[in-house]
Amino acid sequence: MNIIEWIKQPWPWYVAGPIIGLMVPALLIFGNKTFGISSSLRHVCAACVPAKIPFFQYDWKKEIWNLFFVFGIFLGGILTALYFQDDASVVVNENLVNELSGYGITEINGLIPEQLFGWSQVGTLRGIILMVFGGFLVGFGTRYAGGCTSGHAIMGLSNLQLPSLIATISFMAGGFIMANLILPYILAL
Amino acid sequence: MQQQTTNTDFEVRSLDAMCVNDEEVKTPGWHNIKYLIMGAVFGIVLIKSEVISWYRIQEMFRLQSFHMFGVIGSAVAVGALSVFLIKKLKIKSIYGETIVLPEKSFNKGQIYGGLLFGFGWAMTGACPGPLFAQLGYGATTILVTILAALTGTWVYGKFREQLPH
Repeated sequence: MNIIEWIKQPWPWYVAGPIIGLMVPALLIFGNKTFGISSSLRHVCAACVPAKIPFFQYDWKKEIWNLFFVFGIFLGGILTALYFQDDASVVVNENLVNELSGYGITEINGLIPEQLFGWSQVGTLRGIILMVFGGFLVGFGTRYAGGCTSGHAIMGLSNLQLPSLIATISFMAGGFIMANLILPYILAL
Repeated sequence: MQQQTTNTDFEVRSLDAMCVNDEEVKTPGWHNIKYLIMGAVFGIVLIKSEVISWYRIQEMFRLQSFHMFGVIGSAVAVGALSVFLIKKLKIKSIYGETIVLPEKSFNKGQIYGGLLFGFGWAMTGACPGPLFAQLGYGATTILVTILAALTGTWVYGKFREQLPH
């Protein structure tokens, strides 16, 4: 099997996790930067719509490396779509497949269900709640918490920061509450 | 620059009084290309390991799969070992700077904001990194989610002083 074929397959956690972990020393050694992605959203606000809000009054150009990193993630997505796309169908836990089919979500393919996040869904109540309200919570919550999965869960925990452990536990608790107790009602809409 | 109230955002290092190491070395703008490359590697990993998959996130929060716990757990293990070695061996950056990591202080936002982000994570199936990867991978509706996330960040900034921290 050649290397491109190998790359195309879904990567197991023990390959992906360590590479993600290596982002921490790579950024520290190559530029004295701490791994964190959600602050890019703040920089975009500071650059585009600061609106005299104190939280956005700072020299965002000093943090421009973060916007390069985020644009790189976007380019990585394009490169994967062009060269490393996998034709095999996605393997999803049977219980989840059954649960989703109960909400009429039967087309399990790709990485994101088209029946929830396709353009045809943008105008529906369910689509608006998931994409617009969900996205809002991601932006609001990460800045309120001072970081996201990368900044707190990976960078912060790697540096043994107690506040990051508290934040990570809160992320997980929020996710468990939403997925198990609230999301079923949204998906049923 | 205006004086900020207590810092809660340790990711923005130019605002962190304890970590003013950005001023030490002036590098030409094109050096930022290295962050572009690192970002691209990160993006490819996020997609090929299916971290950006809405299904994998749902499985994680329903305890139906070990995959995401394995990814995050092994990432933290490798990250922690790296940070330990950098501190222990006093490794410097390629520009010869001393590597200083921010000491974060606790505030209630880490709980309230953390819970709210957790809700959003389970709904969208994406944290901020995966959002950009999903968009690049061709999920164009994610533009809506990213705009919503920018709005959320802006609204937080607007009402920050009224929120409990």
